[in-house]
This record gives sequence, structure tokens and C-alpha cells, in this order.
Amino acid sequence: MVGTLFRREFASYFATPVAYVFILIFLMLSGVFSFFIGNFYERGQADLLPFFNFHPWLYLFLVPAMAMRSWSEERKSGTIELLMTLPVTIWQVMLGKFLAAWAVLGLALVLTFPLWVTVNYLGNPDNGIILAAYIGSWLMAGAFLAIGICMSALTKSQVVAFILAVVVCFLFVLSGSSIVLDSFKGWMSPMLLDTLASFSFLTHFESMAKGVLALNDVGYFLIAIGIWLYAGFLAVEQKKAE
Amino acid sequence: MISVKNLCKQFGDFMAVDNLSFEVRPGDIVGFLGPNGAGKSTTMKMLTGFLAPTRGEIRIFDQDMSQSAKHIQRQLGYLPEGAPAYGDMTPLQFLDFIANVRGLRGQQKRQRLNDVVDMVEIRSMLDRPIENLSKGFKRRVGLAQAILHDPQILILDEPTDGLDPNQKHQVRELIQNLSKDKLVIISTHILEEVTAVCNRAMIIAGGRMLFDATPDDLQRRSRYYRAVSLHFTQMTDISGLAELPGVDDMEVEKNSGRVVLFPEHQQDLMPVVSAYIKDRGLQVDSLYQEQGRLDDVFRQMTAEVRE
Repeated sequence: MVGTLFRREFASYFATPVAYVFILIFLMLSGVFSFFIGNFYERGQADLLPFFNFHPWLYLFLVPAMAMRSWSEERKSGTIELLMTLPVTIWQVMLGKFLAAWAVLGLALVLTFPLWVTVNYLGNPDNGIILAAYIGSWLMAGAFLAIGICMSALTKSQVVAFILAVVVCFLFVLSGSSIVLDSFKGWMSPMLLDTLASFSFLTHFESMAKGVLALNDVGYFLIAIGIWLYAGFLAVEQKKAE
Repeated sequence: MISVKNLCKQFGDFMAVDNLSFEVRPGDIVGFLGPNGAGKSTTMKMLTGFLAPTRGEIRIFDQDMSQSAKHIQRQLGYLPEGAPAYGDMTPLQFLDFIANVRGLRGQQKRQRLNDVVDMVEIRSMLDRPIENLSKGFKRRVGLAQAILHDPQILILDEPTDGLDPNQKHQVRELIQNLSKDKLVIISTHILEEVTAVCNRAMIIAGGRMLFDATPDDLQRRSRYYRAVSLHFTQMTDISGLAELPGVDDMEVEKNSGRVVLFPEHQQDLMPVVSAYIKDRGLQVDSLYQEQGRLDDVFRQMTAEVRE
């Protein structure tokens, strides 16, 4: 059943050209960021670190844009009534929606392969590290996506869903950045500071981008996905009829 | 069988559905009538398991909706208000998706899709995105979706809204041709639809049940039921008509000059009236017995609730 729902959602990302636009912009921006801002060539190192370092900031705006219509549109057009009176559960729909969008994100990542070909042509990178970083990036994208879907479940308006998702995602990215951590350093106990940093996507992605797939980082993103999808499930159940 | 007991639905402090109880048996085609905001759609949303009732119980085929909604929904076809569908899909993709969700596979699926597409006549539109279809075609795609798995129970919220007279006729025929042991509930605010399609009429207003009987009974409630309506070719002295035995009241419609004679106790006035006309040698260009005016009954019933 999830498979059927997945196929519908996945096809709909390509029918409304959201998927094409997303993939195109993702590829363009990730290229621009890694070559011009990340100094891909000037660093003189055969790795993709400059490419991966910008992913949180790319996802911050692109993923909410992709997730915003998932439930909002369903409620606005009334198709939610159709869907919820078919013999499918909210969870099945939720999973179908999440997996379909996640697959599009995965596809976008896979299509960055020319970059990988380039580093392999220029030098001898550790491809294990690159693979780990790709997996890490995809997991992080999933967490962004789960937040976006949850926000979309809260409102009928796609614009509101987008803004809410960006704000929440921004908090999760920012809580690990040096700007925030430095400003709290003076008066917060180190333990609280660590806790705050540990909620951040950045903290968990940093080591992954360097190729370390630690269980706690992977677990963090999976749990984040689970929690936000569950919150979205509760929102759909509460608000489906409004 | 659908059995509804003391159904209530409250939104904030607004009582949308207020203590409804009724039963629907196989073979019933129920016309669900009521003014806008009467609670028709809310009731249907609860019957299909989309909304949970505030109070009361819905049992369908001896299963409780609050416990086994997903199981009940397998045997249920539903056309929600406004016939929502995924605009970016074509009717074919959409119906294929519904068929997959409904568990139809292989040859059986192809057969059903084929049949249903012909039943609602959307073959020429199968490959256009639904968002580009006219209102009538969208409605028919919604209908196709509801009957695709040949459900035992069919709940249609305003199935003919937005259709032209030909399409309306077609949809009514489609509903009548469904097999005789199905349970069908149609909401509408078109009164002729009830007499044309349904064998049972329910009127609700303000969330409460006002009337539940056959469409004939509904007509019988009308002041105009069996009233004799006639029109004279020339100016005629009509005072004698009101004195005829069995005539309770007489009215002359201002614009048309048409005379309506209301019977006492719904008796047949035709013989007396025609004899009177013949005896006097009066010139009449039309004379008939009325069936009862439904909009009249409807207005009368629902007006009481509004006050």
C-alpha cells in the first residue's frame, strides 16, 4: 500500500515540475557553492568537503519548498477527504509522502556524480569517505524533509508551511553554529551548551561530511525523522477536517 | 445495513448534527435533502469515517465505525462534496491509483477500469490532466472513482451538481442501474432528483431529522397534492367551482389566471370538476391534477426550523 502511495507522490513531483526545478537548482547551487565559495580547486585537495559543507544551507531553503505542498495541498483541494476514506491509514500516507520526497532528494544527490568523477580524475580521493558523506547528507535532508512535512500538516497555506519550516529548520541548523554557541558560552554551563549543540543538524553532519558514519549521528537523524513525522501524523489527525 | 444512533457532531459551540438516528437497508436509495448548512455533508463525512462523531454510534454491516473504519471503508464508495481529485493526474492515472489502493489487480482491474470509464463516459478525456477538465467531467471522474470497486455502499455528496441536464439524466440512470441490493445515499438540494432516483427521502435541517419516508409521502404532504389545476380560454365566472363538493379552497394565480382547486382530505376532484365543466359548456384549455409541489413542502418544513 505504501508502494502505491509512494508511486503516486513520486510521479506527482515530476508532473508538477517541482522535482525538475528542485534538482536543477540544487545542482546549480551546489556547483556554484563548491567551486566559487568553497574554493574547490584552490584547496588543492582531492575531496568533496567544500561541496558537502554547503548542503545544510542549501537544504534549509530547498527542502521546505519541496515539502510545503505535501499536506497543505491535500487539505486545500479537499483530496484529503478522499484519501482518508480510502482503506489507507494516515501513517501509510505519511510514509508514502515522505519516502517519495526523500527519493527525489536522493536522486538530486546522485545527479551530482560529475563532481565525484571530477575529483577522481584530478586525484585519488577516499571514495569510502565520499560515500559516507553522501549518505550523511541524504539522512540530513530526510530530517529537513520531516520538519517540512510536519509544518505542511499544520496549515492549509503552502506559504505559511514554507515559512514555518524554514524557521524551524533554521533553528536546528543554527543551534550548532559558532555564532550561537559563542554568544551563549559566557553564561551557559558547558553541559547545557553541549546539549544545545547536540540538537543541531550541523554538529551531527560535520563528522559525517568528513566520512565518519557514527551510530549516534545516524541515529540522531533517524530519530529526528521519526519524531517529526509523528508530530505531523498528530497534526493531520487533529486538523484533517478543518 | 447502516445503522445510526443518536449521532451528534459539534464544532465549537455549533451543533452541526443533532441527535440523528436512522437505518438504511439494502435496496434503499436515500435522497438526503436539506438547505445549505443543514448538516448533510457533515453526516456523510461521519458515515464514511472521515470525521469522528462527538456522540452517538455508526454501525455498518454490524461493525462499529469507530473501531473498524478501515475495514468498512473497503466496502464503501464515496464522492466527497466538490468531487476532489488530484489535478496533476490524468483521469486514467487517477483511476488506476484508486484501483491499486482498492486492491484491484491484473485482468480484474483492467476490466473494471474499462467498464467504469464507459459508464460515466469519460473515455475522450482520459489523457488530459484533471485540472484542465470542465466541472462536469471532474464530477464524473469523481463518480467513477466512487463506483470503481463496485462497493456495497455508495455515498454521493451532490453527484449532479454542476452537470448539464443531459449529464444529470445520465448520472441518475447510472444510479438507478446499480444492482438492487446496494445501499445508496445521495445528498442533493434538487428536489426532482429525489422523486426521479430515490425510493426514500430524508429531510434534515439544523442538524435534525424532519422527515423520513418515501418521496410519494413527501408529495402527499403538499397542499397541492391532488389539487386540480385548470385554465379557461375566456373570462369565466368561476365562483361556482369553489362550491363544488370536496373542494376545500380555491386560488387564482395572479399572472397566469390559472385556477387551483384544493381538495378536502386529498380526495379525487377530477370527476366533479370535469362534470361541472361539461354541464356548463365551459371552454378549458388545460386541466390536470397536480402531483404535489416538493419545493413547497421543503420550504414549509425547513422554515419551521429556522425560527
